[in-house]
Parts: sequence; C-alpha cells; structure tokens
Amino acid sequence: MYKNFFRYLISAIFLITFSISAKAEFKVGFVYIGPTGDHGWTYQHDEGRKAVEAAGIKTTYVESVKYGADAERVIRQLAQSGHDLIFTTSFGYMDATNKVAKDFPNVKFEHATGYKREHSNVSTYSARFYQGRTILGHIAGKLTKTNTIGYIASFPIPEVIRGINAMTLAAQKVNPNIKTKIVWVFSWYDPGKEAEAAQALIDQGADIIMQHTDSTAPVQTAEKAGIWSFGQASDMQRFAPKSILTSIIDDWAPYYVERAIAARDGKWSQQDTWHGLKEGMVAMSPYNKEMGADLVKEAEQLQKDLASGKIHSFTGPIYDQKGNILVAEGKVADDGMLLGMNVYVKGVEGDIPK
Amino acid sequence: MSLDISFIGILIGSIMASSVPLILAASGELITERSGVLNLGVEGMMIIGAISGFALMVITDNLFIAIIGSMLSGVIISLIFGFLTQSLLTNHVATGLALTIFGIGLSAMLGKDFVGIPGKDFPILFSSLRESIPFFGPILFGHSIILYFAFVLPFLTNYFLKKTKLGLVVRAVGDSPISASNQGINVILVRYCCILYGGGMCGLAGAYLSLIYTPQWIENMTAGRGWIALALVVFATWSPIKVLIGAIIFGGISILQLHMQAVGFRIPVQFLIALPYLMTIIVLVVISRDSRKIKLNTPTSLGRIFYKEK
Repeated sequence: MYKNFFRYLISAIFLITFSISAKAEFKVGFVYIGPTGDHGWTYQHDEGRKAVEAAGIKTTYVESVKYGADAERVIRQLAQSGHDLIFTTSFGYMDATNKVAKDFPNVKFEHATGYKREHSNVSTYSARFYQGRTILGHIAGKLTKTNTIGYIASFPIPEVIRGINAMTLAAQKVNPNIKTKIVWVFSWYDPGKEAEAAQALIDQGADIIMQHTDSTAPVQTAEKAGIWSFGQASDMQRFAPKSILTSIIDDWAPYYVERAIAARDGKWSQQDTWHGLKEGMVAMSPYNKEMGADLVKEAEQLQKDLASGKIHSFTGPIYDQKGNILVAEGKVADDGMLLGMNVYVKGVEGDIPK
Repeated sequence: MSLDISFIGILIGSIMASSVPLILAASGELITERSGVLNLGVEGMMIIGAISGFALMVITDNLFIAIIGSMLSGVIISLIFGFLTQSLLTNHVATGLALTIFGIGLSAMLGKDFVGIPGKDFPILFSSLRESIPFFGPILFGHSIILYFAFVLPFLTNYFLKKTKLGLVVRAVGDSPISASNQGINVILVRYCCILYGGGMCGLAGAYLSLIYTPQWIENMTAGRGWIALALVVFATWSPIKVLIGAIIFGGISILQLHMQAVGFRIPVQFLIALPYLMTIIVLVVISRDSRKIKLNTPTSLGRIFYKEK
C-alpha cells in the first residue's frame, strides 16, 4: 500500500513534468498492475512496450497501479498529458478505462482481458492462454505416475477456471484416471505462499506442478523435489532447468506494435481481439527433451493443430462435476461460454471458492 | 490425508521452516519493544535484509558474507529510525511506518538488477540423518543453520531478559525511563542498542526468505510477514516463548490449510485462509490470560518519547 503511494508520488511528479513539456508528438502510455520486475505478467507487457519503443514510438508506463480510484486517476493523467493511445493491462481497470475514455474522445484506449467497450475509442484484447493449458494437460497426462496433477490457482475468475478445465480435459483424453488437485492462494504474487502450496501438493501425491500465479517459487520447489513442472507467463526455464517441461509465454509485442502504428497513422478502429497460438500471442517455450522425443513430437503437433483450429481445447462431450452435459458431443464451446466459465469439468476435485 | 508417521515428520519439518522468519523478526522486535521503543518498520527492515542478502550472494558468491551483510543492512536502516526517534525525538509510529515505506521502495530500486537471477542452494546440516531416521529425521535434521538459530533464539532472549543484568536494564528502560535515567542508566544508548539489534534480526529474517526459503529476489517478497511478526509480539504479550509458540501455530496452520485444500476438504477456502490468523490470536489470547503476568511483561512506556532534561 505504502509502496504504491511512493510510486504514485514519483509518477505524479513525472506526469506533471511530462504534461508541461507535452508536444504534439505521438505517445503511447501503459498502466501495469505489478512491477515490471515480476518476471511474469507485467514483465511480458513491458517487453511489448519495449517493442513499441523499438518501432520508433515514444512510450511511458506507470507500474503497480491499484484497481479503483487510483487507476482512474493514473489513466486520466496519461490522457491529459498528451498520450494518444493508452494500454491498461489488467482486468480490474475495466470500468476506469471506460470512464476516462468518455471524457477523452480523441484518445484511444486498449483494455486487456476485459469485455466492456462502452465508447467507440475503447478496444479490448486478450490471449487464449487456455490453448497453452491444453498442451500442458496432454504432457502432464502422459508423464504422471501418481495420476495426480497439482495446480496452484490465484483467484476464482473465469480466466483461471478456464485454464484448470482446459488442462484437465486434455489430460483426461490421454489418461482417464487423472485427478487435478487445486490449491487456491488468493494472491497473484506471494513467493513464500506459492512455494508452500507447491510443497503441499507434492506431499499430497502430485508429481507434476503447474501454476496460475506469477512468481517462480513453485517451479523451484518442484526442482528441489525432483518432479516436473510448467512455467507461467514467461520462460522460467533457468529457475528450474531440470524440472520445467515448457512454459506458456504471453507475447503482446506484435499486437502492441501493430495497434500503436495503426493509431499513429490514423487507421485505428475499435476491436475486440482474442488471439492465441495462431497469431502468436500465446507461445510455448522450447519443450524439455527429457519428456521423450515422441512426446515432444506430440506436443508440437498438438500446438500446430490448436493453432490451425483443427483441434479445439473445449470439444464435446464435456461434463461438469455432477455429470451434467456442458458441451454436446461433436460441438465446441463458443467464446461466450469460455469467457464466462464458472464451473469445473468432471475430474477436478473440490469446489470453486464462492 | 495420508497419515503415515514419516509424512507427519516431513510436515512438521516444513512447518518449522515456514515459521523461521516470523520467529527471527518477532524476537528482534520484542527486544526493541521491551526497551520502550515501538518500531513499526519491521516489514521495511526485513525487505532490505532480503535484497541485501541476495545481492551480496550474487556479487560475492559467498553465503556467509551475504548473511552477515543482510544483518548489517538491517542494523544500518534501523539506525535511521533510531536517530530520528531517539536523537530527534520524532513520533515512533509515524517514523516506523515511514521506515516500512522507505524500505519497500528502496529495496525495489536496489533490486532492479537482481530480478530473474536464480538463487543458490544453501547448505543444510545432517542431511544424511534426515533420510535415515523416520519421523524424527525430517524434524530434527536437514535444516539450515539459521533455522536452528531461530529455534534457540527465543530461549536465549528469555534468559537474557529474565536472568541477566543487561536484560534488567533493558526492561527498566522500557518500563520507566525516568527512573532508569535517575539510576545512572544511559536510556538513549540502551534504546539505540535495542533498535539496532531488532534491525539486525529483521535483516536476517529477510535474508532467510531470499536466500533459503525461496532463493530468489522478487519485489515485495516479504508479502506482509513483517506485520504478522509485529502482531505476534503484542499477542504474545512480550514473552519470547509465546512468540515462538505463536509463530509455530501461524506457520503450522498456514501449511495445514494448504494440505486441507489439496486433500479436498469441503470447507470454504476463504475460511481456511483466515484460519492461521484466527487460531494464532485465539491460542495466544487463551495462553496469556493471566493479567498479572501481562502487566509484568508489558513495557509500560512503549512508544513514548523520552528525553533527558539538561
């Protein structure tokens, strides 16, 4: 809390300086939920920002901006200080982004992982991370000996539940006896707690660990315990060289560069983007050879098929935990259902925290 | 939950490991508070210790220097607090809060270049005994030296406060600085020493996180443990042994609730997450009901500014 206050103070001073020296030059602003050094979510967004900078466009960013009134103030300041395009890179900035957009019709806004586009100058974008989870599930289902997959989850939002389901479905396909054990840590980012959660899952028989949290502590715990793990958001391979099988990588750079150039050239228009493996917004880090050459080949093939659309992560029949049908045989889940997903599929243990 | 005996041993071992930073920081803060100084900067001093230890480990590749350096950095940053509150007579609460803000901000800045560097394995003692003895092996052996130190520290602290002359001086200064001063005790000097000691222990607690528990540097990695340590001292009514009990209960239930989730207990997760806080408070309140003892242990002049008229 206090750290943020300190940051706001500095950023406020910077913003005032910027606004005084504001010129007609085209500028792009970024608002981040975490520090750029988190080595996960925000780190990857900042890599995207650097790509925009490399394309010759000026950028500014504000780190660790809390949801709510603070977010609105920071976004408003960016808009006031002459930024022409503003990326707000976390789900919780949704309302603040739309509110500010109303008052600045000439500024373009891009909101990550949200669904509200109340004004014509607001676009939304997200990545189909669940496609990556399908590949993880396939690998995990093949490699597990205890038939238990440990999953460290952050908050019970559709994004996270979608990942758990996609992984479980893919694992079941290759290994019907699979069980997914989940521990909720109610944090995006607490290395100590994430490490303890990983250890608890390992003690309860999980021999593969994956995470939907941002620190590298779980993969390090897995490395120490001598079991497999998967990295999240960025390539975590160097933190657990033996343990990591692959990481799901978010690659925002091409999208950011494309949108920034479009806005600069006056070709920007409102969009709702949900890109995946096909467009490269979701990528997989190199597969660990230790999983076996055959499995590497299968994973690469699956990656290709998911990208081309030949295989869909949510293909019926899909049942919920009680056995009710969610997606009929031969059908695939539509994007609306995916975006609002709030039930576990069959095979996941426990209840979703309400 | 699989309940075989060796599993319980491993579980107890990991509970002990998770409570170490709380024991260290709370024991240090306890001495500071017993001298009448309320330092709310525990979180800030811990995070400075964490980054200093990790940075020194990367730069010098020497874990001994890293550990000593982290303690020294805690001492140095607490010296700022000491100077402000003891020499410039600023308000303890405000200065302590400022120290936490400062520590978190400074550590983030210093740590920019150390993000994403994997840590080193910290040597553990008696690792062969850990494997060969069931149940007791994982509890007693295979830990880092810091863990053993942390579990001895509350007893040493207790001995120091109750049985030594210096301990008596610290308590006197905390209870009635004016009387102590009239007895010829240099109150400011004693308080300085206690503040610096507290800083050193908090620095060590931070280094335990960044060098041993989750060997890496990440911004804000103490994640509120400093505040829990502070609360422990109060709920343990300034008794070192109760601090130890509180830290173990807190660490234990934090880890047990994760196991309960993994096993799939049908208890709301939010309740499980609140459980360590609830249980620690309940247990400490129950074991500290004796109001006479509380009065005896509470530093009467805690947080009050003392100055000597010249």
